Amino acid sequence: MDLSLSTRTVGDRTVVEVGGEIDVYTAPKLREQLVELVNDGSFHLVVDMEGVDFLDSTGLGVLVGGLKRVRAHEGSLRLVCNQERILKIFRITGLTKVFPIHTSVDEAVAATD
Amino acid sequence: MATVELRFSALPEHVRTARLVAAAVARRAGVDEAVLDEVRLAVGEACTRAVGLHQNSGVLAPVRVSLIEEEKQFSIEVGDEAPHAVPGDKASGAGGDADVDIEEDDMGLAVISGLVDDVEVSTGANGGLIRMSWPTTPPTAVLP
Repeated sequence: MDLSLSTRTVGDRTVVEVGGEIDVYTAPKLREQLVELVNDGSFHLVVDMEGVDFLDSTGLGVLVGGLKRVRAHEGSLRLVCNQERILKIFRITGLTKVFPIHTSVDEAVAATD
Repeated sequence: MATVELRFSALPEHVRTARLVAAAVARRAGVDEAVLDEVRLAVGEACTRAVGLHQNSGVLAPVRVSLIEEEKQFSIEVGDEAPHAVPGDKASGAGGDADVDIEEDDMGLAVISGLVDDVEVSTGANGGLIRMSWPTTPPTAVLP
């Protein structure tokens, strides 16, 4: 399965809906998308991972890279994920302390901390 | 000899194939269904790392994956032929994307060691090997 990406704007946030598998082959597409958004001035991103079937460390690296980029503009990168097998990867790498992880897009869009 | 052996060109697009084959053979070998996601992720991480090492050092040889069914365990060996593939070696980092690659390599090993209890990583002048094992349930014990 390939990676699917779509973006939409909700208020001052840009929601990136990701579907499929994020691995060493597909992660560059996600990286390009995040870089493009930041270059276009979208600094408050919500990455919706509910449609993601597989995530590996390459994908984590891209998300960390995205976070670094938005933080350089005092922005934010929030994740939406309820899938235990995906959350587990964030836990074992300690990245649950780095990313705000929300249970719904609405919650992520409303978050302001 | 391994139950199934796989050799693939060191290209990112083949890592998914390795994951699918490894998970299929692990299932057949009797690895618990709940652990198959971990097998899939761990073998993907090991293959991704091997592909990166081959590409970074210009090695043209394929990445080797051995799927080994044993009496009470299932093992996966992922071998690379990259020279001086010392885990955590940051000396080659030249800034920019190289740093990102190295961070990802370290993160791959971190994921593997977080996921798999029984893992050995060995490296030498002729390449490296990651060996991971999981217990299997004998077919007789599967009966309700």
